[in-house]
Amino acid sequence: MSSGSGDGVPLLEVRDVAVRFDGIVALDGVSFKLPKGQILGLIGPNGAGKTTMFNCLSRLYTPTSGDVLFEGKSILGRPAYEMAAIGIGRTFQNVALFSRLTVRENVLIGGHSHTTSNFFGDSLRLPSARRTEAQLEKTANELMDYLHLGDVADRPVAGLPFGTQKRVELARALAASPKLLLLDEPAGGLNHDEVHELGRLVKQIRDDRDVTVLLVEHHMGLVMSISENVVALNFGKKIAEGAPDVVRKDPELIRAYLGGEAA
Amino acid sequence: MSAHEETVVHHDIGESPEGAERLIAKPAAPEAKAGLQLRHFVFVALLVLAFVLPAFTKNFVVFQLTQTMVYAIAIVGLNLLTGFNGQFSLGHSAFYAVGAYTAAILMEQAGLSYVWTLPVAGIICFILGFLFGLPALRLEGVYLALATFALAAATPQILKLSPLEHWTGGVQGIVITKPDAPFGLPLNQDQWLYYFTLIVGLILYLAARNLVTSRTGRALMAIRDNPIAARSMGVNTSLYKASAFGLSAFYTGVAGALGAIIVQFVAPDSFTLTLSIGFLVGLVVGGVGWLPGALFGGAFLLFVPNIAENVSKGLSGAVYGLLLIAIIYVMPSGLAGFLQLIVSKVRGK
Ligand SMILES: Nc1ncnc2c1ncn2[C@@H]1O[C@H](COP(=O)(O)OP(=O)(O)OP(=O)(O)O)[C@@H](O)[C@H]1O
Ligand SMILES: [Mg+2]
Repeated sequence: MSSGSGDGVPLLEVRDVAVRFDGIVALDGVSFKLPKGQILGLIGPNGAGKTTMFNCLSRLYTPTSGDVLFEGKSILGRPAYEMAAIGIGRTFQNVALFSRLTVRENVLIGGHSHTTSNFFGDSLRLPSARRTEAQLEKTANELMDYLHLGDVADRPVAGLPFGTQKRVELARALAASPKLLLLDEPAGGLNHDEVHELGRLVKQIRDDRDVTVLLVEHHMGLVMSISENVVALNFGKKIAEGAPDVVRKDPELIRAYLGGEAA
Repeated sequence: MSAHEETVVHHDIGESPEGAERLIAKPAAPEAKAGLQLRHFVFVALLVLAFVLPAFTKNFVVFQLTQTMVYAIAIVGLNLLTGFNGQFSLGHSAFYAVGAYTAAILMEQAGLSYVWTLPVAGIICFILGFLFGLPALRLEGVYLALATFALAAATPQILKLSPLEHWTGGVQGIVITKPDAPFGLPLNQDQWLYYFTLIVGLILYLAARNLVTSRTGRALMAIRDNPIAARSMGVNTSLYKASAFGLSAFYTGVAGALGAIIVQFVAPDSFTLTLSIGFLVGLVVGGVGWLPGALFGGAFLLFVPNIAENVSKGLSGAVYGLLLIAIIYVMPSGLAGFLQLIVSKVRGK
């Protein structure tokens, strides 16, 4: 089913993943593959399990059963804090910025996994610590330029408009040069023009930065226009998968959305 | 990482859960870019003042200023933990005590020079703090406060235990010989200890300032603001939190050692919960998350109880409480927020 440019192993493979929270089955045996370089849309009504899937991929949740392979290797034995270093970056549905820090500091922290330093060297500003700082600064400046955050660079993120905060999250995620970028409803709270602009940006990021994208989004226009493939979930189960034009017409998906709206 | 933690990570993954944040001063306080010139000027001016001061003041005042700096070092340590990493502690009197006793025992029983007792005290406290920080990882907010409370409550009693009496001197404590100024410097003992403390304090302050503006410091603040996002950015939150506890204990331990040397005496009842609360009060009035506030906090810790005592012997506790409330009322985010307000008012015109 999954087309794509796959040269052997897909970048990400989700195998039969189930997640149960006492009583609730949030994910129920979901499988899909994401070849390198693709944009894959993950859709479904509220509560379908999309964010739960993201939390499994960033190791914040451990699936009750199933496996998650990144570059052919299971990530389930690794802690959440290693995900950034192996190349899985993400944004959060409700924006999870470091609210008391500035835009710059947030983006600098995004580069944490790609640099090293320790309490001792940083306290004494040893040459190695200075080099790390310079490297982080360079990446942060470049990304703040790229995402037009230069004007607000030294403002605390807490007071910024939601749309701007979302861009800060994106910059922060990109600071670790992820191979796989998980975007959880990046269009939430954006107006029509901004959504269009975001679509262009996501494609541009994929092309410029060699990033594979898994995109959770309720904005169908956006998902359908930029994704090469779409996976649809409902009540934790995969109900459709394929090219946007095919999935769009899937009767079960249409029913799921209508049912969701009627409830 | 295990099942226990997973259920905590519910939907509002985006919000930072701590209760610590209400206390913490607004974004990094007056560290803003624009204030750079003014800040440096004030820093240098204060430094010059600090260096000439002993020449113009009585010995007792010199001693009090030294004690203020010692408290300030402990408060900087607490600030690194609470203000920058979002972990509470009512147990810092314990680390202060360990530092103090380390200095006293090493000087009086092992004959070590007072200078070397500081790093030893610091390292011992770092290890203890780190080890305490590990189980404390499972505790948040008030629960952590309770665990550290237990630490503070137990310390004076442990120091009085008879099996340890040989080292600790039991209830009597240990009397310490005051060191003379080295290299034939024309300073009396109090003056010398003042300069010695000033230099140690300055080094520790600058190191703390370096740290909080570095990759490590930002990781600590990231954990404070949003631990889940911090983890997703690659921060090993457990390691950083335990290390922050260790570092905080290091500062407080060095302060304890210095305190013992200048007071020339250690005894169990100097290190009760009251001292821990004093550090916390000093932290809050100085400004949580703002390092220079520690000096103000240290002064508050030393002088305000005396002032209260002078106002009314019988009701000193009540007077202290009123003064504290008045200060919190006038400066709700401590001296940090107050100065920030003044600076922005002046700039606004
Ligand atoms: N930690 C948790 N504990 C209990 N239930 C949870 C937890 N996390 C998710 N759930 C439940 O799992 C189900 C799937 O939620 P999830 O957030 O993954 O949906 P979603 O597809 O992202 O929805 P939305 O579009 O509204 O963001 C929901 O019923 C939710 O309440
Ligand atoms: Mg969701």
